[in-house]
Amino acid sequence: MSDPQAWIPGDPRSRPTRENILSGLRGTDSGGADLVQMLTPEGVRVRDERFEPYAADVDVAALKDLYRDMVLVRRADREGNALQRQGQLGIWVPLLGQEAAQIGAGRALAPQDMAFPSYREHGVAWCRGIDPTDLLGIFRGTDNGSWDPIETRSHLYTIVTGNQCLTATGYAMGQLFDSRVGGSPGDTGTNEATMCFFGDGATSQGDVHEGFVWAAAYDAPVVFYCQNNQWAISVPLEKQTRVPLYQRARGYGFPGIRVDGNDVLACLAVSRWALEECRSGNGPVLIEAFTYRMDSHTTSDDATRYRLADEVELWKLKDPIERVRVNLVREHGVEPEFFADVDAEADALAERLRAFCLAMPDPPPDRIFSEVYADPSPQVEAQKAEYLAYHASFEGGE
Amino acid sequence: MIGVRQEFRLPDVGEGLTEAEIVGWQVAAGDTVTVNQVLVEIETAKAVVELPSPFAGTVGELLAEPGATVQVGTPIIAIETAGGPAPGDEADAGAKIGEAGKDGRIATLVGYGPRQGTARRRPRRGGGAAPRSPSAPPAPPAPPGEPAAARETTAPNGSAHPNGERVPLATPPVRKLAKDLGVDLRSLAGSGATGAITRDDVRAAASAPAEQAVPAGGTTAGAPAPGRGGSRREPIRSVRKATAAAMVSSAFTAPHVTEFLAVDVTATMALRDRLRGTRAYAEVKLTPLAFVAKAVCLAARRTPEVNASWDEAAGEIVYYDHVQLGIAAATPRGLIVPKIRDADTLDLAGLAGALGELTATARSGKTPPADLANGTFTITNVGVFGVDTGTPILNPGEAAILALGAIKPAPWVVDGELAVRTVCQLALSFDHRLVDGEQGSRFLADVGALLEDPGLALTW
Repeated sequence: MSDPQAWIPGDPRSRPTRENILSGLRGTDSGGADLVQMLTPEGVRVRDERFEPYAADVDVAALKDLYRDMVLVRRADREGNALQRQGQLGIWVPLLGQEAAQIGAGRALAPQDMAFPSYREHGVAWCRGIDPTDLLGIFRGTDNGSWDPIETRSHLYTIVTGNQCLTATGYAMGQLFDSRVGGSPGDTGTNEATMCFFGDGATSQGDVHEGFVWAAAYDAPVVFYCQNNQWAISVPLEKQTRVPLYQRARGYGFPGIRVDGNDVLACLAVSRWALEECRSGNGPVLIEAFTYRMDSHTTSDDATRYRLADEVELWKLKDPIERVRVNLVREHGVEPEFFADVDAEADALAERLRAFCLAMPDPPPDRIFSEVYADPSPQVEAQKAEYLAYHASFEGGE
Repeated sequence: MIGVRQEFRLPDVGEGLTEAEIVGWQVAAGDTVTVNQVLVEIETAKAVVELPSPFAGTVGELLAEPGATVQVGTPIIAIETAGGPAPGDEADAGAKIGEAGKDGRIATLVGYGPRQGTARRRPRRGGGAAPRSPSAPPAPPAPPGEPAAARETTAPNGSAHPNGERVPLATPPVRKLAKDLGVDLRSLAGSGATGAITRDDVRAAASAPAEQAVPAGGTTAGAPAPGRGGSRREPIRSVRKATAAAMVSSAFTAPHVTEFLAVDVTATMALRDRLRGTRAYAEVKLTPLAFVAKAVCLAARRTPEVNASWDEAAGEIVYYDHVQLGIAAATPRGLIVPKIRDADTLDLAGLAGALGELTATARSGKTPPADLANGTFTITNVGVFGVDTGTPILNPGEAAILALGAIKPAPWVVDGELAVRTVCQLALSFDHRLVDGEQGSRFLADVGALLEDPGLALTW
């Protein structure tokens, strides 16, 4: 007779004890048998038969580039966090711990693909050529996003949880209707895909469900890229689902893959495969990048109030950057100078970010009216004129 | 290089927090610190967080004791930097957090809560004589002897508008209501708790009879009428304008005759109740109007003059093969008269279905212009407003129009005895140029007879 209190992973009636968590049985520390992994936490390159072809071209130079990407976005992320703590930003949404999941997916995107981020995808933004300084306006409250979604092929950040899944699905359906899918290989105009980024918390939202339903019904070329970081603010994954998230895809009628979200190589390979599927008309696909949010949900949150430090310590051993560094040193003999150079570059980026933030001007009063409609609207024009006149009515005003 | 003393003020590390407790310092006076080095741990209502240093230099002084609760914006540490302004200060970013800049404005960096005693409002330019919004209508000149400033003080329940008018307090739904009803909020005094204008205020203003405020040759056109309880002026637009033009044209071209007939519709209503229970009518809303429409089509066959048109230019009377039946509909945009095409070819269910569709389309404002043109006969159902009858004005170009009054129980003589029957009044206006009293009367009597005894339809 088993102890009714015993922790049975996957059984909602049992709860993990402190000992279970310490010994790594909580279920959040391991992705299970289906997890796609190519680089172990110890930095050992392992083969994955199915996805190996999608990482075949990643030589040492490419791996170094991925390492550099991850270090730079982490550094920018930490600077953003510090700027919030110093009163320069209203809020910051940290990506700490999710660098591999974002860089792997971001580097798999082709220029003609379209990305729909949530609000944490600073790494994806980096891969789409959006400078980290462009992220600051949103978090300083001076802008709603300053990059051109058409030019960068990356939608603005979406704050409403999961909402971008609807937009992304609609966009992908448009790609299909416009015959931008399934063309002859190499023709970028007819080989497009959409990638939609969201977290485990978003999977409990109706928007994500609706996106899945529509994408499945229309075979929309969209990769649903769920970064399962185990925590929806303070709600753990086991309170949101009774099956692993990637298995949900089967219910909608498309494939779901769970990838080690802290393994940049596996994230890259699986994302490349999924995007290929979509570009050739076999979409949609769900990817669950199994990762961990190392920091709080945002700077307004205090994760120590609801999760144990032991769990965080466990995940530190699975750090996405460290395993690449170890692999580069052990299997490719990369010299320390490379890592020092990347660190110096990261510090320079952080300094540039800080200087930019401190010097950011307030937006002019008419900024709020610009880029609202493609064509001028008489109502908006009238409101703008009234608002500017109000501003001008103050002494010392513009 | 001379060291510069920089102060780090307690930021709002959450969203809208006003204070925090100093948990413990991780640096002491004299320590060298770098940018982003952790200085102190603080606890807010939401979280315990570490604050990284925004400056590099030497700690000069700790300005808050551990355990102390500090207001957001208060300096907590002074750091001597190596000299020269801190990064960002030399830029046009202007004043540091919370300080007044050259232009007198408080630097309002994100997250900084209000601080007592330091917030200053920028003064407005010269009293009420602010520059006008280019889009706003010109403000009325101040009455002589009244100082401009005094006019603003007469606005207790709103802020001053750039052009001197007050912008009244009202919630967005009330503003929408006022817009829909054409009520100018600036003409109202609010009766709400804080002087805000309420729904009732707007409704009262909308239903108040418009005064004939403008005397002949009045000079106040374009300006709001002075005083309270006055009138409001509204530009004549689209549907109103079209209605006016049509009515004037009709009333002054076609000599109108109106005849009335009270009808016992008990049998028709009973038929309606029977039909409603049948499968053929399960999907349609069978209204009395549908029966009237059917009766009109049947009767028009016997009196083609009512389904005709006077062509003055050609010197001809046009008799139409089919009835293009207009139904007058009150919509939020005003009166419109969409048509049921070839209504005489439809059976009762078809007419009922067409009526439902056409009124729904009209109410939602989606009637296409083509549906409004080329009618040959119109029915106006004034009964839905609870009135007994009226003298309808012809739709221009048509020969007749029938008004259907309210259907209600009324005393009625049946076989020489008084009985309670379901009765309604019909009023037919016709163009006397092409319809004589004889044809008009016959047509109206036919419609009445069919409604009184629907079985008659079998005999025609």
